[in-house]
Amino acid sequence: MAFWTNRRSLLAGAGGVAAATSLGACANGRIVGFDKARRSIDIANQGEPLSLDPHKASGSWENNIIGNMFIGLTTEDVESKPVPGMAERWDTSEDGLRWTFYLRRATWSDGEPCDAHDFEFAFRRILNPETLAEYASILYVIKNAEKVNNGELPVEQLGVRAIDDLTLEVELDHPAAYFPQILKHYTAYPVPKHIVERHGADWIHPDNVVVNGPYNLTRWWSNYIVHLERNPAFFDAENVALEHIYFYPSNDVNAAARKVMSGEAGWSTRFPSNQVEQLRTALPGFVRVYQYLTCNYFSFNMTRPPFNDIRVRQALTMAYDRDFVASQIYRTGERPAFKFVPPGIADYPGTARYPWSDIPIAERKREAERLLRAAGFGPNNPLRFEFAHRNTSDNPRVAVVAQNDWKSIAPWVTVELRGTETQVHYANLRAKNYDAGDGGWIADYNDAKTYLYLLETRTGAQNYSGYSNPEYDRLMRESDFEPDAARRGEILAQAEQLMLGEAPICTSVFINSLNLVHPDLTGYENNLEDIHRARWFGIKA
Amino acid sequence: MSDVLADESTPPPASKGRSLWDDARRRLMRNPAAVASLYVVALLSMAAAFGPELWVHDFDTIYRDRVAIAPTFENLHLLGTDTEGRDQVARLFLGLRISLLVGLAATAVALTIGVLWGAIAGFIGGIVDDLMMRFVDVLYSIPFIFFVIVLMTVVQTDNPVTNLLLIFMAIGAVEWLTMARIVRGQTIALRKREFVEAARAAGASPLQIVFRHIVPNVLGPVVIFATLNIPVIILAESFLSFIGLGVQEPLTSLGRLISEGARQMINAPWMLFAPAVTMLVTLLALNFLGDGLRDALDPKER
Amino acid sequence: MLAQAIRRLAFAIPTLLAIVAAAFVLMQLAPGGPFTKERQMPPAIEQRLVEKYGLDLPIHEQLARYLGGLARGDLGPSMTYKDKEVIDIIAEGAPTSAVLGLSAMVLALFVGGALGVMAAVRQNRAQDYFVMALAIGGVCLPPLVIGPVLQLLFGVEWGLLPSQGLHRDEFGLVYLILPVITLSLPLIAIISRLMRASMIEALRSNAIRTARAKGLPEAQVIWRHALPIALLPIVSYAGPALAGVMAGSFVIETVFQLPGIGKQFVLAAQQRDYTLVMGVVLVYSSLIILLNLAADLMYRVLDPRSRTA
Repeated sequence: MAFWTNRRSLLAGAGGVAAATSLGACANGRIVGFDKARRSIDIANQGEPLSLDPHKASGSWENNIIGNMFIGLTTEDVESKPVPGMAERWDTSEDGLRWTFYLRRATWSDGEPCDAHDFEFAFRRILNPETLAEYASILYVIKNAEKVNNGELPVEQLGVRAIDDLTLEVELDHPAAYFPQILKHYTAYPVPKHIVERHGADWIHPDNVVVNGPYNLTRWWSNYIVHLERNPAFFDAENVALEHIYFYPSNDVNAAARKVMSGEAGWSTRFPSNQVEQLRTALPGFVRVYQYLTCNYFSFNMTRPPFNDIRVRQALTMAYDRDFVASQIYRTGERPAFKFVPPGIADYPGTARYPWSDIPIAERKREAERLLRAAGFGPNNPLRFEFAHRNTSDNPRVAVVAQNDWKSIAPWVTVELRGTETQVHYANLRAKNYDAGDGGWIADYNDAKTYLYLLETRTGAQNYSGYSNPEYDRLMRESDFEPDAARRGEILAQAEQLMLGEAPICTSVFINSLNLVHPDLTGYENNLEDIHRARWFGIKA
Repeated sequence: MSDVLADESTPPPASKGRSLWDDARRRLMRNPAAVASLYVVALLSMAAAFGPELWVHDFDTIYRDRVAIAPTFENLHLLGTDTEGRDQVARLFLGLRISLLVGLAATAVALTIGVLWGAIAGFIGGIVDDLMMRFVDVLYSIPFIFFVIVLMTVVQTDNPVTNLLLIFMAIGAVEWLTMARIVRGQTIALRKREFVEAARAAGASPLQIVFRHIVPNVLGPVVIFATLNIPVIILAESFLSFIGLGVQEPLTSLGRLISEGARQMINAPWMLFAPAVTMLVTLLALNFLGDGLRDALDPKER
Repeated sequence: MLAQAIRRLAFAIPTLLAIVAAAFVLMQLAPGGPFTKERQMPPAIEQRLVEKYGLDLPIHEQLARYLGGLARGDLGPSMTYKDKEVIDIIAEGAPTSAVLGLSAMVLALFVGGALGVMAAVRQNRAQDYFVMALAIGGVCLPPLVIGPVLQLLFGVEWGLLPSQGLHRDEFGLVYLILPVITLSLPLIAIISRLMRASMIEALRSNAIRTARAKGLPEAQVIWRHALPIALLPIVSYAGPALAGVMAGSFVIETVFQLPGIGKQFVLAAQQRDYTLVMGVVLVYSSLIILLNLAADLMYRVLDPRSRTA
């Protein structure tokens, strides 16, 4: 029975390997996700940054990182409200078109001054078509920005000018009280002229980059970690408490929650909504749920039947049970959306809503059937269409409910679901190669226009519905030239009301931001934009 | 070890009189584990075939007042409801149906192509073998997911069932490569054996030899592969569902139910438990059946 | 055999070219491009991006451009990760996947092999049934379930092992324990089954009967005489399977948050990052070709019969 002896020696060998590995364990130890002694925090972030160059970034998970590296003319306070950043103060001309910013004396992390010339350089760079910035359109409020970006005018014609080292003048295309909101966006961050000119596109590499914000980029290991270290040259460095911040791209939301549960992360920017009760018990004090400036909605393709008929759009919009989706598909107090612009948007009355919002769902379904019959559909002419949805996160679950609701209007309504990858989905929507399709929109800045411009005729392919109403377009343009914020808000609300009545889109749910945050982390406040800068963070003793 | 060759004297498998298959069936029926598994597989197939239609709940009805409830006798939600308020028993029946379909169809595709390809390549050998196996290498070297993404996105159909068929084809079209390699290995080992030499000497054509002598003799490993391959395919489908390319809502599959259950395992363990146990039973039965078949078909046991 | 190896390696280059060409064409058949996103960029910018990457050219010109770059050792810039080159992204991801895959395969060969031999020797007895049950359990509980369960138990409940990731600064062995186990379970299941089957076959062969008749000790019969024969199907299986696991596993790398090329590949395919997809396909294909060659050579070493061919 020497065979068994052999087997035992094999097991002994395996034991040896295990012992060697556990030695390795002692040498490494586990990460402490919120290490008070080392003053460091590990953050489970939604995804891998596609770029850390503020002119090439486009996602909120990139913003989470980049916003700790650079400071714009304005910046976010703990509640994500715009406060003076590199600009100590600013004047506005009477017509609201000329803004003069007075900059603080500050330096880049290599000691070079960070001044008005860097800002001038940065605005010209992002709007220069050669830069291939995907997100430059946010700055189109600046005079000539759109033309420069389309290559119709040279960058020197852009309405941004450094008067002297510490004075920057910006001319706008039309008055915009929300301009400070835009200036805290990463597209408006300065970039170090001397470094970009020396290294070109490689300037953002950790070996080259210099920053003017609270944290410097130390390391970027693709798909694993982004390490930021405190920048001692930051103008407010003495009030920055944490030394190290580590961001991990956590594509799997469940794994992200487990990273916090095991103590290996001090903050996760998401958690699975249906586990909120378990997480409240397992992690007392960690769960942060707050309303978020985002709206999930469905577009109808108005360029072809059946959705070129307003009655069909109205019927489907009516028959969709958002209350059920908000309370049962989502589990964290999400709100049903009976309008497009989320509640909480600044300087906006929020009075617009679907006219039938208060009618109970059963009655709405009967009215929907009546509308469809009026549009010529019935047992002899059944309504058939396809609902395209993204196959990510909760979208398929919502699609199932929508399908169910629409089929329940009448037996002659047939809805096929088609789940596709995000990339294919948007390609189809843009090409108007769909019947009805889902989408979601996160506010770029805290203003109603960031939503309502989507339905303007001139928005083009991204107006997925193909909605075109001259009156709507006129109201939108009128709002641009209205200097009074309250009046402007009313004009925009009027436009939204007009649009909702014609139902080019079926709004679904205003979703919430869900974070898991270590309770001993101070300086983290729930806010509408879900932006939390590490600059304000501290450690509760 | 060269004396090994001289000792080989396995008889050729196809004897006159009683056919190979009669013999095999008799031996299979003497194996209690295999017989029990046969019944289980039959039962599961019945459940898959008729369950979704016979069960009191539909797989796509949403019960709005009963979302994500635990198993209960009330309203006969014996396995509770899922996070969209649909009956889990109904979904399990549907999942079983689709998973078995996926597994069988893909394995059938993989086996047919793989066995023939591998046997022919291994038997002929030389440059033909080289070319055929390099072709396998080329296909093998293109990642699985690649085929699937391209297939699923290029061929856009209005019919969810057609899409499902595409999944089978995509998976089967990749799995045959492994089969071909295994069969080729076995064939190389077999082709110098006496009974093959004898057939060759008797003037049998290469194709006849492949079908009469090589294929029956590689059936053992092939059956093992097939019974192990069905679970692999069911799992591959669950991986596709994980990245959103598998079976689409409102349809479902065992793999999809399991991956949904895995997400709910803290708050609703039964959502993982029921499909996982179903999968386990299905696979256990398939495996024991496969083993019984292997033993029954083994020419050396005769 | 050396000549054989050289011939096969020479064959590898046209094979690789065929793969690159096939993958290149297939990839562009898929709808959607790298620049179709939720937020549409200004059409003028999109046009420039398309021109920059040559996506407006006919497909054969694009392929020629790509192959030209390849000849210079240039895999091109990534189309989605704008600050990085494809070669850098792969260099950052490949080591983790390779170490993970290799460790899992070695573990699976030893554990699965030993279990398979044990089951074969004790055919139809308790040990056999135990191994079979283990194997079936291993196959039908997917990494999708095993991974999170191990994380919850070892990482969260007991706090014994890191639940995910590598260390922040250095490459720590202890971080690989859970993912390697998770990745190796299905491999163990398959290898132990294959091993059992082929070992039973081998033990019945005349060669073994002869060896036994000569009165050799049972252990020697099993390990010295039966094992080399029984290993053949394992070698056939393990070659390509090793390439498969070394090229990364999306599920493992996602659940355990590891920076491997398996995750990169799926994300890149979803984002239509053509250059990155091609880069990973190239790595994967080269691995497959090399390991297949290794498997075939080993086959010849192990199998006395094919040597005479």
